[in-house]
Parts: sequence; structure tokens; C-alpha cells
Amino acid sequence: MKSTLSKIIVAVALLVIGVFVGKSFFSSNASEAVPIPSGLTYRNVGHTADAGKAISPRAFEGQIIEVKNGGSIQEAVESASPGDLIRVYPGTYSENVYIDKSDISLQGVVINGDWPTLDGKKEINDAFLYSGDGILIENFKIVNYKGNAIMGQSGNNFVIRNNWIIDTGVYGIFPQHGKNGLIEHNVLSVIADAAIYVGMCDNVDVLHNEVFDNVAGIEIENSRHCLVENNYTHNNTGGILAFVTPGLPIKTTFDVIIRNNFVVDNNHVNFGAPGSTVAGIPKGTGILIMAADEVIVENNIITGNDNSGITIVDLANGDPKANDPNVEGNPDRLVILDNIMYNNGNETSGELKAIMLTQLDTKGPDIFAFGGGVGSTIRDKNKYRTFGLGDYGAAQISNTKDVVTMMTPEPVAPRFVSKEQLGELTYYGVCAGCHAFGTRLIGVPTEFIQMIHKDNPQGIVDYINAPKNLREDYPEMPPQNYLSEEAKMAVAEYILAYDAGLE
Amino acid sequence: MSKKNVIFKLGLVAMLLVSLVIFLAMNSNEEFIVEDNPHGMREEIVNLNSRCPPGFKLNDLNQCKAQNLYMQYDSPNGMGVGGLQTGLPEIRDGFTPQEIDLGRYLFFDPVLSGNGDMSCGSCHDPALGFSDGQATSIGNDSLKLKRGAPSLWNVAFLKKLFWDGRAATLEEQMQGPLFSHEEMNNTPDKLLTTLNGIKEYKRLFLQAFPAKEETENIELPEVYQSLAAFQASLISLNSKYDRYAHGFHDALNQKEKEGMNVFRSFVARCAECHTPPLFTNQQFAIIGTPEPNGLPLDPGAEVPQKDKTLRGAFKIPSLRNIEKTAPYMHSGNFKTLRETVEFYTKGRGHAVPEGENLLIHWHIWEPELSGYELDRLVDFLKTLTDETFTPKIPQTVPSGLEPSIKPISI
Repeated sequence: MKSTLSKIIVAVALLVIGVFVGKSFFSSNASEAVPIPSGLTYRNVGHTADAGKAISPRAFEGQIIEVKNGGSIQEAVESASPGDLIRVYPGTYSENVYIDKSDISLQGVVINGDWPTLDGKKEINDAFLYSGDGILIENFKIVNYKGNAIMGQSGNNFVIRNNWIIDTGVYGIFPQHGKNGLIEHNVLSVIADAAIYVGMCDNVDVLHNEVFDNVAGIEIENSRHCLVENNYTHNNTGGILAFVTPGLPIKTTFDVIIRNNFVVDNNHVNFGAPGSTVAGIPKGTGILIMAADEVIVENNIITGNDNSGITIVDLANGDPKANDPNVEGNPDRLVILDNIMYNNGNETSGELKAIMLTQLDTKGPDIFAFGGGVGSTIRDKNKYRTFGLGDYGAAQISNTKDVVTMMTPEPVAPRFVSKEQLGELTYYGVCAGCHAFGTRLIGVPTEFIQMIHKDNPQGIVDYINAPKNLREDYPEMPPQNYLSEEAKMAVAEYILAYDAGLE
Repeated sequence: MSKKNVIFKLGLVAMLLVSLVIFLAMNSNEEFIVEDNPHGMREEIVNLNSRCPPGFKLNDLNQCKAQNLYMQYDSPNGMGVGGLQTGLPEIRDGFTPQEIDLGRYLFFDPVLSGNGDMSCGSCHDPALGFSDGQATSIGNDSLKLKRGAPSLWNVAFLKKLFWDGRAATLEEQMQGPLFSHEEMNNTPDKLLTTLNGIKEYKRLFLQAFPAKEETENIELPEVYQSLAAFQASLISLNSKYDRYAHGFHDALNQKEKEGMNVFRSFVARCAECHTPPLFTNQQFAIIGTPEPNGLPLDPGAEVPQKDKTLRGAFKIPSLRNIEKTAPYMHSGNFKTLRETVEFYTKGRGHAVPEGENLLIHWHIWEPELSGYELDRLVDFLKTLTDETFTPKIPQTVPSGLEPSIKPISI
């Protein structure tokens, strides 16, 4: 009780500070008074705990870079340093923005209903590509790309929210190989595969999004510890999917909660690309669980899905692909808790239609399970029209209220590398191609460097940046100025501290 | 000015002193490096190198442990796949410097083949990206083989070896070519008899395996261990791309950056299988590439895996140093990188022979890449080249045979 109270007080205090900071920064122009990204300290308090702590541990202290109509977001990214905020004003930006830095926030500023709009004109592949940690992307309208609206390749601690995404090709929002992220309050439509696709990730919350007119609404694929909550998924071919795709390097999906979502009327004709996994999803699929384990389905409103409300299937039946001996293809230990389900299965198709006909039934079930799998349970089986749930026992839990988020309690920290380690990695990983102690390789023996630059690491750094050939009998060293400032100094100190006598 | 002069002179004197000290202290046990060989004299292999190759640090157990800048980063789920700043897959390291150096001699020594005319290096030539420049390799008796020689760069990170992934370790893999009638055409017995008949090798194996008794014969596991040690020392992680990945964004020019973005976009989807930092996710994929004229479809992993769903599946190769290893694909059907990248935009399954029903990988689709984009992809692929840690090819090998690969003059 006390801690909740103090959290609220802290949250309110932060909000006040945020407003104050915002006002003092932008008091001259009311239209610019958009709060700095707070990392959610003001949002979902008491509901999803303090999710902001998991994304950004510190207050904003970077530079603000503004991009106005006619400007380039990518140029702003290139000039930004970790910690900076790029604010993009209304206008049309036809760009591919790529962010290979960490801790960069991109914030659209919507004024009078005018959005900063990234328009791919069906010529550009992706609106945003990122690989850094701590990336925040919010308040953008993104339309007409060929590949993705927002795609991450690695990158932990991401926030993607409040974006309005229409017809951006294969995926809308697609973080891949990331840990600890939040995808919320986005609206996505007309995506040819999954609107929100969490691929090979861990600890991701997908909250409060609206996804419609897509092939797949929300897809949790080869990912663990994900919460899909409070989303409105309607008129997709399939609403919410949790599955394992074989042949990927990360082989499992488990510990997924699908909770408090509207999964209604997902009856869109399937327009997925031939050969894609989702191309095989029958229209009218509410929730699909394929080969994923430990998925809990709770308190969803699942209605009007013409094939079936929840489809549970193994890989052998669900997705005929090349086998992967390292993938276990059965959905195991699923838990179906209370859900509101009615009016599903009105127009079955494909395999389900054939199966239902053998039951002398033309209507599909609320819950359809087919193929292997063990240990699954359901809370009140008699409530629903089901098929294939014969071996489902009674659920051992009644709710998941203790799980408020799947995000990590703190941001995922980058690996700690000491200065000495960095020096050592740089020395052996780069310098050792030409330098060694006690022998001549291409460059001088390392002890020569020690002698020349004794007690003067900066001398080595200067030489690394701009070598001046000191010796006629050696080839000139190419500059190694691509090394980071930290690596240059670390390796300089490492070389000077190295005791060759120990070798 | 004068200050600089003084420093320079002092430095010079110091260097002279150091060189003198080093000269005096130079351990006569060390390998005598012959810089050039004007009189055609045989290089004398006095002793195996006691230093680790670049990219490795010697530890207290006389083991070479890998060191590289990717060790700054974590790797999601320990798999070594992700984005720019992602750790590598687990590496096979910990070999001794002597094992690595002995492996280097063995690797280039044609005495390992039954006919004494092929070494490992015949098909894995450092000058050709540790491949051989052939569409499919030439085996024993000039026999044209069915597949191309894969590059050995960064092989220490790979969990599947051979195009069809039928070997899990280097030791297992090397017995394929060594004892295949079509390839090196040797037998285990004959190989041991040969090696045990060469005094030089007996002496060098004793150095590499100091626990051996002097009277003991060379054993096969020692041969495998040494060859594995050398191959696992071939590290290429200092390309232009790597400089970009570590944060120096000027390492790539605008066209190369555009190529990188095509590469990782979900339109082209290259990075989905050729995932950084190794540029492979080490899985099988069925992509349906054409065989060169006249060859039947290669069933690939279907055979060793005994699984029809893997018909036409091959191990996804790393793309590091790909510029150096033309021609491309398992049977070398594509002569250039441009032709290779173009394959992926010519339509899903367009080259699958009639009557074959391959389970083509879902990432093979119709990305409709423009000619401009294909050119940029090639630009980017060329940024993955790094041969700075290329090992020395021995000028002479312990058997006394002519090395099948000539040293490159640098």
C-alpha cells in the first residue's frame, strides 16, 4: 500500500517536473510543448507497474534536434549522440531512416491533427531500421513502404508507441533479436503479413494497439516472456498468433500471456505472399497457437471469427515446412482461462471444414485443437464449443493478475567491459595482425612501441590516428582511426602496461 | 624542433638497444622466418611457433584463446545472431600454438593425400578465400567433384560443416576429404604409415603433443587435432563492415550503406539467414538454386538427414570474405556476386527442375529488387572482406614434397 502510494507520488512528481521542464524549454511556442519522452513513468501507473523504469533509467539530459518539413530525419540521426532526442514536425518525409546508435529517441510532433508522415511511396523498403539499444520511436504516421514501418535487428530496451501505420508492406512493427521492449498504442492496418511481429525476442509487452485489415494482427514468433494485452484486433485474417517457426536459430516460444484483448471478426481474406507462414492461415482465425508452449489465454473477448475462436495446432499439421530436428513442434502446457467467446466458426474453411463435416457439423468451434501436445488445461471447458480438447485437464490457476508486465525490472544492461579488457580485445583482435612482442611481423615488435611511447599513451593514440612512418625498413601503418576513442586509449594503455617478461 | 630531434635520436638509440637485446635474447628454438629465399634453399623448420596467431591470446595453460572486438557485446540467447553490436556464436578455441603451427604444415603438405599431390590447401587456398575458385572442386585424378569448396574463414564458429551439414566438428569433417577416394584418396593406415616414416613430423608431433613418449607413433587424433587447430585459427573480423558495426560510420561510403540497408531490409531479407555478426544463422535453407548445366539436382541435406522435407537444403554459408570465393552456391552456378544476388529476385522457385517439389524457404519470395539495389548489395558484400590475419603458407613442408600452394608474396 505504502509503496503504491509512494510510486504514485513519485510519478506525479516526475510528471510535474516533466511539465515544468517542457514549459521552460518551450514556453515561447505552445505548439512545441510536447512532453519529452518520459519512458512511461506517467502511464499505466498501478496497472502495468512502472514500465518506464525498464526502458530508460535516467532523466532526459541530451540535446534536442528538430526536423522540420523539407528536412531529413536521417541527417538528424547522423548528427545525434546517445541520449539525444530528435523531434520531427508535421510534413512528409520520404526516407529510409536507420539508427545504428544507442539511446536515440525519435518523437513525432503532431500539431492540429497534422502528423509527421513517412511516406515510402511504395518505392522505399523501410521507414525505420534500428540496431541500437534504447531506441524510442513515437508519434509517426508511416505509410506506403515495401518492407516495414519499424524494424529492429537486435536492440534491447525499445519503445515503439503511438504510431499510425498503414500499408507498409510485409510488417508494420517488427523488433527482432531484442530483449525488453514495449509496443503500445499503435494503430496498424493493411499489412501483408503481421502488423505487429515480435520475432526472436524476449520480455516484450504488446499493449493497447489497434490492428485491423492485416493478414496477421499480432504475432509472437520464436519469442519468450511476452504479454499481449488490451489490444483491439479486428478484421485481420488471423487476430493474435503465438507460434514457433522451424529453421530459425532461436527455437522456442513459451511464457506468453494473451489477455484482455478484443479479438473480433477476423475474417479478412488472406492476402499473404505465397510461401509465407501466414499465407496458410485460414480467414476467420481469432487466436492461433502453433507449437508454442505455456501460452495463457485469459479474459479476451473472442467473437465473430468465422473459422474458429482459438486454433491450437502442432507444426506437422499447421505449417508444412522443412523439418527442424531442433524444434519441438507440439503446443504444450497451454492454459485457457476465462474468455468471452460466441459467434465463432460461422464459415469454416480448409482443413477445419473437412474435420467438422466428419462431426456432421458445418459450424466451427470456439476452440479447436488438432495434433500433438501435452499438459494443457482449461478453466471451464463446458462454457465453449470445443473440438479436440479431450485431454485438456482443469486449469490449476484462475487468473494471472500477479503478472503485470513481462518486461524486465530494469533495463537490460550492456555487457560490462573494463578498460583493460577493451585494451586487450583491441590489441589481440586488431593490432596483433601486425604487431607482436618479441618478433617482427608486418609492423615493429610491440616492445618498440613501448619504448617509443613510454608513459605517453596519448602518443600512441596520436600515432593510431595519423601514423607517420618512422622507419624505412617497415611499411607505413594505415591509420586505425576507426577505433573508438575509448578503444584507442585503452589499447595504448594496455600496450604500455604489458609486461613482456610474463610471456 | 630541436626537442623533437632529441626525442627522435633518443628513440633511435633506444630502438637500436632494444633490437640488440632482442637479437641476443632471440630464442634459437623459435621458427626461423626466412623473408625471402634467393638461393632456392629449403626453409629449415627448427621448431613450432610458440606464439598464438593474431586474434588469439596465449593463456597460462599454453592455450590460444580468441580475442576480438565482438567480445564487447552480448549475444541474445547465446546464439550469436542479431544486429551490428551482437556477440559472435561460441568459438572453438583453446588449441596450443604448437598444434596450430603443426596444423599449418599439415594443411599445406601434399603428403596427406594418397597420391602425394593434393593438400588441404589445394582446394582451400588462402589466395582464393580459402576456397579454390572452381565451380566444383577438382579431386583425385583430376576428377570433377559435385560441390564447391567452402571457405574456411571463421570456421571455428560453425556448428555445421560441409554444404549438407553432415559433420558437426572439424575432426569429423576432415576425414571426409582425407579418406574419400574422389578427393585426397588416402586411408587412415596409409596416412599414419606415411607420417610416421617422416622424421621431421615425428619430431614436430612430439613438440605439439609433449605428453607423448619419444618412441610413440603419431596417432590419427593428433593429426585431426592439429588440422582443426589451424583451421580454427582463421579469423576474419576486421572488415570495413566491422568498423562500421563497432561505431565508425565513415567506414562505409554512401552506396555501401545503401547496400547494407537493402541487405537487412525485409524486402530483400538477406540478413534473415545471413545474420550478423557472422553473416549466417547456421541453419539449413532450401532456396532452389540451379545446378550448372548438365548436373542433376543436388539433394543436399536430404541425404545425411534422411529427411525428404530437406531435399535441396544446404547450410547457409557465412558471407565473410565472400568477394574472394567466386563462383557461388554449392555447385558454383553463379560466376559473380551480381548474378548471385539477382537469383533472389527472379521469382520463388524459378529454377526448380520440373517434377521436383521442394519446400522452398519462406524468405525466398518476389522482392522485386531494382538493378540499382542489386548493385548496392554487391557493394555491401564487398565490405565484408578482411584478410589481415591470413597465415603464412610454409615455403617448405616437413615431407619435403613441393607444397601444392605457393606462398603469396606480400
